[in-house]
Amino acid sequence: MRKLLFESLIRPALTERPPLARDSAVEELARALDGSARKRLGRSLAIRAVDAGSCNGCELEMHALNNAFYDIERFGIRFVASPRHADILLVTGPVTKNMREALKRTYDATPNPKWVVALGDCARNGGCFAGSYAVVGGVSEVLPVDLHIPGCPPPPIEILKGLLALLEDSRTAVPRG
Amino acid sequence: MPALIDLILAGQRVDNHFPWPRAVVAPKIWSFAVDQLVEGHWGLLGLWGEPGVVHMALLDENAREIGVVSLVCPDGRYPSVGRLHPPALRLERAAADLFGLLPQGAPDTRRWLDHGQWGVSYPLGTQRSSSSTASPYHFLPAEGEGLHQIPVGPVHAGIIEPGHFRFTASGETVVRLEERLGYTHKGIEGLMAGSDIDRAARLAARTSGDSTVAYSLAFARAIEAALGVEIPPRAVWLRALMAELERLANHLGDIGAICNDASFSLMHAHCGVLRERVLRASDAAFGHRLMRDCIVPGGVTGFLSDEGTTAVRSLLAEIRQRFPKLIDLYDNTASLQDRTVATGRLKAELARQYRAGGYVGRASGRDFDARRGLAYPPYDELAFDIPLLQEGDVNARVWIRIQEVKQSLSLIEQILGKLPGGPIRVDFAPTDGPHEGMALVEGFRGDILAWLRIGKGGLVERCHLRDPSWFQWPLLEAAIEGNIVADFPLCNKSFNCSYSGHDL
Repeated sequence: MRKLLFESLIRPALTERPPLARDSAVEELARALDGSARKRLGRSLAIRAVDAGSCNGCELEMHALNNAFYDIERFGIRFVASPRHADILLVTGPVTKNMREALKRTYDATPNPKWVVALGDCARNGGCFAGSYAVVGGVSEVLPVDLHIPGCPPPPIEILKGLLALLEDSRTAVPRG
Repeated sequence: MPALIDLILAGQRVDNHFPWPRAVVAPKIWSFAVDQLVEGHWGLLGLWGEPGVVHMALLDENAREIGVVSLVCPDGRYPSVGRLHPPALRLERAAADLFGLLPQGAPDTRRWLDHGQWGVSYPLGTQRSSSSTASPYHFLPAEGEGLHQIPVGPVHAGIIEPGHFRFTASGETVVRLEERLGYTHKGIEGLMAGSDIDRAARLAARTSGDSTVAYSLAFARAIEAALGVEIPPRAVWLRALMAELERLANHLGDIGAICNDASFSLMHAHCGVLRERVLRASDAAFGHRLMRDCIVPGGVTGFLSDEGTTAVRSLLAEIRQRFPKLIDLYDNTASLQDRTVATGRLKAELARQYRAGGYVGRASGRDFDARRGLAYPPYDELAFDIPLLQEGDVNARVWIRIQEVKQSLSLIEQILGKLPGGPIRVDFAPTDGPHEGMALVEGFRGDILAWLRIGKGGLVERCHLRDPSWFQWPLLEAAIEGNIVADFPLCNKSFNCSYSGHDL
């Protein structure tokens, strides 16, 4: 173990340069959030992931955000274990009817101020599952959504861009790495 | 021991069912088949419904034969398989929820996928509108002094799919675990019915995100079997390349994640890097990190350029350089071994009875892998070993996956060496059915069954996809018994059953 740890000291870091916040996401958020709300958020975001019926593809890429390449915690963003600790609900999947109630309760358990980010194509409008007897549709059918991050699934870099937009004060600011 | 084909011949053989036979049988033969399952002569591959018909897929592992028997039951009643052969229980409950098919004599008639939220009952059978008030779900009782219950989920503490676990514990020891699933039921089979092949293929690719390649492969092979489509040799080999890359990514990620659930995050960090490398190489080779929609009926969508080949080759080199050190780390860390050895032991008898696929079965002495058991191309031309262990604990499941990583590296190298040139896709025009096809494909988690019928206008009339998790979830309940509650995440991750693939 010592050898492996020592190697990590001399190997160059794998972590990549931070991406710019996604322009369209910044615009979408500017509409959704006022300046004061964003100020309160500071540079720290606690995220609670809720799978409301996804295929698990989005979760895989969410996991990837924690690996050495993306290292999401360097931005002050971290995944927390309880909605009680969260600023943001990151919701994936078409919301299934069997998950509707659990999603609502998770939202209610999250303290204000809070934001909802819908992750992936299904979370936008149900994706290819729209119209099923078992599916409610996109996340906005159940909760007020502040930001969409598209993709099937969105690659980690795209998720990161979307989340960074939440931390941006204005569209000109560049996140510091 | 009777041959499966004799059973099929005793029934009314269905035309246009490929590549294995299907027969409509009398109740007597149905019961005979159930007896053979109970005796352990044959294995249950799947059980699914259609309005007024129940199907059962059987496997004779020794003879490498597969057959489907169908029982017509116009009144929706059929003799329960689960009554005598428990692995069928949840499949029967699902068929009851979706089609209103009622297994007679079944010991468990609680609803499974239907949580009383759909607004309809029997959505794929004769629909009945239902009030959307959910009736309470009665968990099985556990009685004894000082027992307490711990309800967990459907929303879990990590980035995990939703499901409910009801623990009954005595102190910190688990006395009983009961799962309640179905939260991610999206009605995929309902959406597939009546859709064209392209749309159905996209739905199949979104059944379980971590097995998107395996599902696309199973679906495509079933379509090609039904319609008699021959795909170009290069496509056959590229499909296997994708399947092995997917296996590699999942095994590497999960080996790290299992260690992480034992609070050993160093392994998690290093394995996470290797998994990311696989996803990036897959992206370079096929244009999508998870290779979603890259396998389609008729072939594949990505040609694999020279740059893609180079990316995959340097991936092999990197994993071969780094992974052995991680294996040493796993093997030589006593505190980690203390958590994984002898934890969550699955008995060999149960693995055999439930036909547990993948590393769950192979860590408990069940020697089956569809890549060898059915030797579908190109695996018939590739050399590989199927690792097998008897201990059945978390440690054994980790070791099976470590060995499978090595096998997949070798397979990928062989595939790159033998990859033929030529076209990668063939066009075909689906004709009026009925054409029926099925496929059994080895995903990273175990064997995935796809069964389908092409009907009028070349549209998909019915498609059934059976995830390996159907036969693994119930075993997790058994494996956790007598372990401490705090070891559940570890045991659960070592099984890593799919929620979405199961709930469909």
